[in-house]
Amino acid sequence: MSETTLDARRMLCPMPVIRTQEKVEQLQVGDTLTVICTDPGAMHDIPAWCRVNGHEVIDIDQQDEEISIRLRVCEE
Amino acid sequence: MSEPHKAVALISGGLDSLLAAKVIQQQGIHVEGINFFTGFCVEGHTHAIRKKDRAKPKRNNALWVAEQLGIKLHIVDIIEEYKDVVINPKHGYGANLNPCLDCKIFMVQKAKEWIEQKGFDFIITGEVIGQRPMSQRKDTMPVISHESGAEALLLRPLCAKNLEPTLPELEGWVDRERLYDFEGRTRKPQMALAAEFGFEDYAQPAGGCCFLTDKQYSVKLSDLWQARGERRYELDDIMLLKVGRHLRPRPNFKMIIGREDGENKFLHGYRKQYTHMVTTSHNGPLVLIDGEAGAEDLELAARITARFSQGRDAGQVDVEIHPREGDVHSVQVQPMRGAEIPADWYL
Ligand code: SF4
Repeated sequence: MSETTLDARRMLCPMPVIRTQEKVEQLQVGDTLTVICTDPGAMHDIPAWCRVNGHEVIDIDQQDEEISIRLRVCEE
Repeated sequence: MSEPHKAVALISGGLDSLLAAKVIQQQGIHVEGINFFTGFCVEGHTHAIRKKDRAKPKRNNALWVAEQLGIKLHIVDIIEEYKDVVINPKHGYGANLNPCLDCKIFMVQKAKEWIEQKGFDFIITGEVIGQRPMSQRKDTMPVISHESGAEALLLRPLCAKNLEPTLPELEGWVDRERLYDFEGRTRKPQMALAAEFGFEDYAQPAGGCCFLTDKQYSVKLSDLWQARGERRYELDDIMLLKVGRHLRPRPNFKMIIGREDGENKFLHGYRKQYTHMVTTSHNGPLVLIDGEAGAEDLELAARITARFSQGRDAGQVDVEIHPREGDVHSVQVQPMRGAEIPADWYL
């Protein structure tokens, strides 16, 4: 089980979602990925992407402009 | 039981692709969605920039559609390859810089590659004959099928009955009788079908699915090409066209002026790539200079910057200039009067 971080700061939606998707494709079931972004739209879009593709959002944390979304890769 | 047949649906986020996917899903086909990001899409982007829009973050409609349908959605970055479509469209442009027909052909072609890789059987789109003047006409439908290489693997469930039967129909994977014959610009049949399926709150984009159908946006893009002497762009260029007030006082440079806090903050992210300026004696915008500006140009730009600051009516305004290369320096300028700025400087 690996822990990976993806820096998606300054990217505008849907780029953080696209990069998340690409990263998840390289990971294994059970791995976690933390996406750090600054576009508030990602707070909505990344969880929506997880819901439609069957991954689990573990938590969302916002500090000032930075949002981190932690997710677990699930069986597709 | 045998495995269901599989189709990929081009999902733009609008009602038509939602309905097309639903119609096929109802026939027992396994559907997944694909959404292409060209860099010009109306989705996302600007909603994150302007402060007033932050209060109600806009959803991503393609993801919303996928959620309504309970299907997976693959968002594909085609920014690089798409440049050729925008720059050299074989079938030309629509009313603005929208190369709709080439764009459709390209997307279906990408979807065709995708189904080959993933072992899917066919492609569906929400196209309706006569819905859009350039790309959705009876005579362009076969052009898209043919030039994309998809041929009979491309099914348009909303108007299939008015077109030649496709492979999924001929093979009996889908029942042609349960497909539709929508035609023309009216939205009524789609709205009725949406009501039948119980879809509410769907997106109804007025112009089209991307910024290239926008007149103002197209003017700015042509200006960019003209100023550079070649038709070329990077993702940053086309993002910046969506932000701020754009003024071209001289052929060799243009100014991008933040209109409010959110935009200033966004432009701030580009400060290392561009010469930029800010007013220091008064509150004012962040201004990026795109192009090569000499000393006189910078002075002129500083006066315009002052004009858009709170010091617009003051005698003197201090402007700090940060060249991309070189030292930061301050100038004291007289703000330009509104009437001194020719209307054709505004892009
Ligand atoms: S509006 Fe834009 S995205 Fe839609 S078909 Fe035309 S060029 Fe393509």
